[in-house]
Amino acid sequence: MRPSAIALSITSFIVLLGSLAGFLARFRRKMDLEQWTVAGRGFGTMLVWLLMAGEIYTTFTFLGASGWAYSRGAPVLYILGYQPLMYVVGFFILPLVWEAGQKCKLQTQADFFQARYQSTYLSALVALVGVISMLPYVQLQLTGLGIIVEIASYGGIHRTPAMIIAFTIVAAFVFVSGVRGVAWASVMKDFLLLFAALFIGIAIPYHYFGGIGPMFAAVAHAKPQHLVMPGSTKNLGHSWYITSVLMTSVGFFMWPQNFAASFTARSGKILRRNTVFMSLYSITMPLMMLVGLTALMVLPNLSNGDLSLLTIVRQTFPAWFLGIIGGAGALTAMIPAAIQLLTAATLFAKNLYRPVIAPGANDEQVARLAKAMVLVLTLGALYLAIQTSVSLVSLLLLGYAGVAQLFPGVVLGLFSRRVTTPGVFAGLGVGISIAALLTLTGRDPWRGLNAGFIALCFNFVITAVVSLITPTEANGLEKIGSVASSAV
Amino acid sequence: MKLPDIGSLLLGLIPFIAICFTVPLWDRIYPTVFGLPFNFFWLIAWLVLTPFCMWGAYRLEVRTDSENHGGGD
Repeated sequence: MRPSAIALSITSFIVLLGSLAGFLARFRRKMDLEQWTVAGRGFGTMLVWLLMAGEIYTTFTFLGASGWAYSRGAPVLYILGYQPLMYVVGFFILPLVWEAGQKCKLQTQADFFQARYQSTYLSALVALVGVISMLPYVQLQLTGLGIIVEIASYGGIHRTPAMIIAFTIVAAFVFVSGVRGVAWASVMKDFLLLFAALFIGIAIPYHYFGGIGPMFAAVAHAKPQHLVMPGSTKNLGHSWYITSVLMTSVGFFMWPQNFAASFTARSGKILRRNTVFMSLYSITMPLMMLVGLTALMVLPNLSNGDLSLLTIVRQTFPAWFLGIIGGAGALTAMIPAAIQLLTAATLFAKNLYRPVIAPGANDEQVARLAKAMVLVLTLGALYLAIQTSVSLVSLLLLGYAGVAQLFPGVVLGLFSRRVTTPGVFAGLGVGISIAALLTLTGRDPWRGLNAGFIALCFNFVITAVVSLITPTEANGLEKIGSVASSAV
Repeated sequence: MKLPDIGSLLLGLIPFIAICFTVPLWDRIYPTVFGLPFNFFWLIAWLVLTPFCMWGAYRLEVRTDSENHGGGD
């Protein structure tokens, strides 16, 4: 058998097993909108952990982190910076978000804005921002899948057909299984990713340099500037690091899928306990970076840093092993993509289409529309993935610049009585406009600062000022604080 | 609206200071620790140290809750 056939059949086998886990999980459960989106709010510590991990450890972990370590160097450390800090932010806000979800039967992030600010248009705008910001994230997963199939086939299958095949599977997977299926499929993905990260993160530097220390010594000798910021870039220095870490650590739980994942928990306490320990899971990240740095020394002339991990695996190990790594990588792209699509589709149908376009629609029609939207969004992301080529990390930062703008509305909504609907509207509008202006005109970073962070600062100021000059409103979540503490 | 305990907020601030704001102090290659450049070592260490801070914050929040609500958990 040719090596490409061996690698590809093992990869496909793993993808099939992962999908099967998802399909079986929904067995004998009636799938209404509540089950499909928040799995009946019955997840304990383990499933919440897996669901959240499923959304955190994506193809970005796998290919993006190694890719930036390869092409940019030390700026990739921002990933190690924001991962623990986003859980610190989550620690303080998630239990309250969960409580609001429980009390008001919320299913989506936009539902939260609806409940807190009682404005259908604000909630529709939030849904729109969520859906649009998620497109580059889904695109990232697609691009990752394309890279995996391309390398695992030894160049035999081109990226475009590979992405089309893979995403047909993803769309089918979301369509049938809903959030519970996704959580169970995550079990397999996480085991594989941990195994893969531990093994290749240690074995590859060992194989070429005799250990991690000697590998770093070699990089420090050949390219010392690569290992401190701004690395092999001109504009990703310390101010960029600080602003990016701040922007992404507050932005993380603003991703509609991460926000909504807290609704699946059985209690706020479970969520809080998870955020205490979840940063330990990020220990796979530096291992991916080691692989990228080793690749820099061994294969210095790759056209695209995102190819570095798989290319060096292919060069170092036999085809069957490349197949396993490819399979793990494919699941880490498919499962998060499934969650993202599920969330985006629900947001669109429930918070944008029904309230603004078709007020008469019932739950069943909304559920059906949500499923149709999965296909539409998948096609949209597929189109973007085929049309543009940006590094995986840059795609993620682009999405973050968008979702982070939801932070003032959430955090002030939870902790302040004085914030008003016009305030949040104005802040969000200004924030999104600045973020879009800077990123789409290629000004990210701008004067050494992360564009999303600059937008977020304006957003906060405008939200505060407009809130102070508009009259105080009723707070839809007023009751939560008092009753809630018993559950937190 | 229930504001977080001030003690747990301070505990949450520690990782922010160590990981984010102090970057010019630790973004260097030497001294290397366990073969890792100092910046890599520092951030990996804080992946492990952050849970300690947040476990402290968790205990504080649980205690405040039970004081306010007669031990209801």
